[in-house]
Amino acid sequence: MSLLEKEVPGVVMTPDNIRSKKLPWAVDLGVAVVALIVAAAVVLGLGLGNWVLVVVVGIVFYLAGMFAAATRVEGRRSARNRLWKTLIYAACILAILPLASVVWTLVSKGAARLDGEFFGTSMNNIGARDPNGGAYHAIIGTLEQVGLATLMAVPLGVLGAIYLVEYGRGKFALTVRFFVDVMTGIPSIVAGLFILAFWVLIVSPWFNNGTPRFSGFAASLALTVLMLPTIVRSTEEMLRLVPGPLREGAYALGVPQWKTIVKVVLPTALPGIVTGVMLAVARAAGETAPVLLVAGGAAAINFDPFAGNQSSLALYVYQQAGDASRFAPERAWTAALTLVALVLILTIAAKLLARRNRLT
Amino acid sequence: MKLQRFYVAGIALTASVALAACGSDNTDSPAASDASAASANCAAGDLTAQGSSAQKNAMDEWIKAYQGQCSGAKIGYESSGSGAGIQAFIAGTADFAGSDSALKEDEQPQADAKCPGGQALNLPMVIGPIAVVYNLDGVENLQFSPATLAKIFAGKVTKWDDPAIKAENADAKLPSTAIQSVHRSDESGTTDNFTKYLSKTAEADWTFGNAKAWKAPGGVGAAKSDGVATAVKSTVGAISYVELSFAENSDLKMAKIKNGAGEFVELTGESAGKTIAGAKVKGTGNDLALDIDYTTTEAGAYPIVLVTYEIACSKGSPKAAAIKGFLSYTASTGGQSALAELGYAPLPEAVRSKVETSVAAIS
Amino acid sequence: METGFRALSTAAGAMVLVIIVAIAIFLISKAVPALQANTENFLSYKAWFPNDAEPKFGIAALAFGTVLTSIIALIVAVPIALGIALFLSHYAPKRLANPLGFIIDLLAAVPSVVFGLWGRDVFRVPVQDFSVWLNKYFSWLPIFGGDGPFGRSILLGSLVLAIMVLPIVTSLSREVFQQTPLMNEEAALALGATKWEMIRTAVVPYGKPGVIAAIMLGLGRALGETIALALTLGIVFNISFNLIESGGNSIAANIANTFGEANATGRGALIASGLVLFAITLVVNMAARAIIYRRREFRDSAA
Repeated sequence: MSLLEKEVPGVVMTPDNIRSKKLPWAVDLGVAVVALIVAAAVVLGLGLGNWVLVVVVGIVFYLAGMFAAATRVEGRRSARNRLWKTLIYAACILAILPLASVVWTLVSKGAARLDGEFFGTSMNNIGARDPNGGAYHAIIGTLEQVGLATLMAVPLGVLGAIYLVEYGRGKFALTVRFFVDVMTGIPSIVAGLFILAFWVLIVSPWFNNGTPRFSGFAASLALTVLMLPTIVRSTEEMLRLVPGPLREGAYALGVPQWKTIVKVVLPTALPGIVTGVMLAVARAAGETAPVLLVAGGAAAINFDPFAGNQSSLALYVYQQAGDASRFAPERAWTAALTLVALVLILTIAAKLLARRNRLT
Repeated sequence: MKLQRFYVAGIALTASVALAACGSDNTDSPAASDASAASANCAAGDLTAQGSSAQKNAMDEWIKAYQGQCSGAKIGYESSGSGAGIQAFIAGTADFAGSDSALKEDEQPQADAKCPGGQALNLPMVIGPIAVVYNLDGVENLQFSPATLAKIFAGKVTKWDDPAIKAENADAKLPSTAIQSVHRSDESGTTDNFTKYLSKTAEADWTFGNAKAWKAPGGVGAAKSDGVATAVKSTVGAISYVELSFAENSDLKMAKIKNGAGEFVELTGESAGKTIAGAKVKGTGNDLALDIDYTTTEAGAYPIVLVTYEIACSKGSPKAAAIKGFLSYTASTGGQSALAELGYAPLPEAVRSKVETSVAAIS
Repeated sequence: METGFRALSTAAGAMVLVIIVAIAIFLISKAVPALQANTENFLSYKAWFPNDAEPKFGIAALAFGTVLTSIIALIVAVPIALGIALFLSHYAPKRLANPLGFIIDLLAAVPSVVFGLWGRDVFRVPVQDFSVWLNKYFSWLPIFGGDGPFGRSILLGSLVLAIMVLPIVTSLSREVFQQTPLMNEEAALALGATKWEMIRTAVVPYGKPGVIAAIMLGLGRALGETIALALTLGIVFNISFNLIESGGNSIAANIANTFGEANATGRGALIASGLVLFAITLVVNMAARAIIYRRREFRDSAA
């Protein structure tokens, strides 16, 4: 007792006030109301701005007011604690606002053309005056391009991850690992330019009488470049989570390493790998730039991904967004809604799958 | 156990793809009934064409109507840009090309090489008038001479109440706000034709020549025609140039332009057509490359126009019949009148009949 | 069989290196002819006319715009992202933190073209109003000067970019913050630290390298963003710090905008600019990864 009194002069450590003093919540509310009123008076009185500015200035006044009040009652350190807590909460609300706006716009503007025709027809024979037209060809393009890219990226990515986890040792493995990570940061437009330079301008003329040709396949090559590192990385993490005793058990029974990997390690990690693949697919489906550069876009349905221009949903959104027709924005928003729905369903399904099959 | 789930997913995927496989390309278009020209000489065959994006809407409309009438025809037009269209024609991947300008001297022989026994023709097919649009509250019916326009877009006239503008608009209440000139930031035939107009009619004030890319300093850029239209619409004090269809779609105010005869002319399909009617044909024979007289003295002619051509072989194309069939429709009166509501002007009769003759000679 | 499988997987692993090298080789091979045809200095010229008979193009204005928009995006996004990360790791009750973290992750899944469209059609209006307001009261600051038009400006592009890099910075920082040893936190609290003091003295110092890496990964993302900027920037070739006047351009947006009308030299020029972008993002990403790799504890959970 007496020791404490000496160390903290001015504070009497009785059982009543050994807990630090707290501002009652009514003060909180009061400061908030006063801050808003003052802000409104200042901003609107001087004609500085509208209600948005009132809210912003109000929050600043509130922070200042609470800081002053808390400093008096609770002490400076506690006041600072309060200030930061409020700021951190505010950051969260600030981040939710744009997301809410995007979702609201998508739903309200995208609903206009959400009809059978949109999903059943293409933009072929749709003039500037025609209110109809659809995204069927773009949906086909997206499915084919992403499907082909998945077919290429998954075996390559899973094998790459097997190398990193099961076989890779030494400097080379470290280098590969490092560059897989670096490769996740390659901009999609660079991947598009790479396939443009490599496939469209140099390789495709061999198959097409010497002239370069856009194709959906070129787009899926570019998407493969983008998907590969994501798949390697997520598969690698899953493989590492496979318990060692499983492998050791197989080795003890005389199973060769490759068979252990194929029969024991991969099946165990499969749900996790599928999750990673789905996330990569979701990302690839939303890419616009590579498709623009190497598949070119088209108005008619083209089922053949190896010859001729193809569109994709993302590219369709981009092109309709810049179209002259007054009906184009509606089509763009509906396509955007479709695309977001596709991507979000994939993402949410992947995350739910991951949660259900957690290996750890 | 887990495998079952993937089976289910696989079946669902297959089912959805199978369901989706009933999409259509709108080929059974009802356009056949409303097409004013039932006279199209149908020719079956697949045509691939590409080029100018300025004629995309016209092509879309024509293809729709033509395919509606002619069941055996399948035509694709990709608006990849004039340069890409000509390159594709030279490379043989496009059966005909759409271009905002006639073939240049170095391109002509390359294109001719694709037409054994003939030549590559420049056929004017689509007239796209270019509107000068502005956004000023309460100021209607502005009118400009070429020299004033050049000064504005060159940044020499910076206020709306500049004496140069006042002199031409005595009645207008011009504010003292700054002029914001807006130009295309991407390369386009519209910019090329607009700057060609300025360089021909206002040499003293416009020293930047003509090109598809905007070369004058100052002003702000906007991407694509819709970007320009949006920029003008959302900015008080802005002025720009844009194809008629975009100006109409965005309800922008269009200025009257002074022609060589000294009158200020409003932009209509007819007034733009008059300028084309007065154009000289600089091509020989069936080649109809036009030399537009921007200083035309024709009464009632609106001088800022963009002509886009179809580039096709006069002889020797393996798909000559199909090309002839389609182009004879586009050059017909019915084909031309289908464009009016799209912000294009029909070819004046004198030019149209020449084009029709040239097309008829394709073999 | 064993050797075959081993060789196959090693080849797949090596594929990554092959692709990175191939990107460099093919971009260079297509860029060099265009660069040789260029009649201006590629690094210092501020305009883009590669399709003329005498090609003139340079990336000065584009590179400037790319870096400026990305940096402003980070200035806006990083404090907010760190706030959310701290909220998720230390403030929110678990029932709230998980769904909220999930929503932030979903933000990362929204395709950039959707953000671009939203930025151009919806977000532009408030940003334009805000720009006019800034211009009215702060025009004495050069960055808020000018007399319009406002709207499709560097500010709009940067804010849209900020929303797009937010999820990356948030989720990576959240992970490092969560990994702060409980002992450190409890020790700080036991010494009487308030929650904020605990975060400042225990959580932030521990997470600093990870946060720096997260910021650099966000920077890499921002530098390479294409379609969102192509839709929201004003596309003007100049070097200006004015944030609110219509304008701005970036390497990636320029590729998307001018690709359609480019001829052979034009494509080469665009590939050359892409090469520069590739080099910049490669350096940024390698630096970020190097930081992460030096922190072994963090290594296995980094995305």
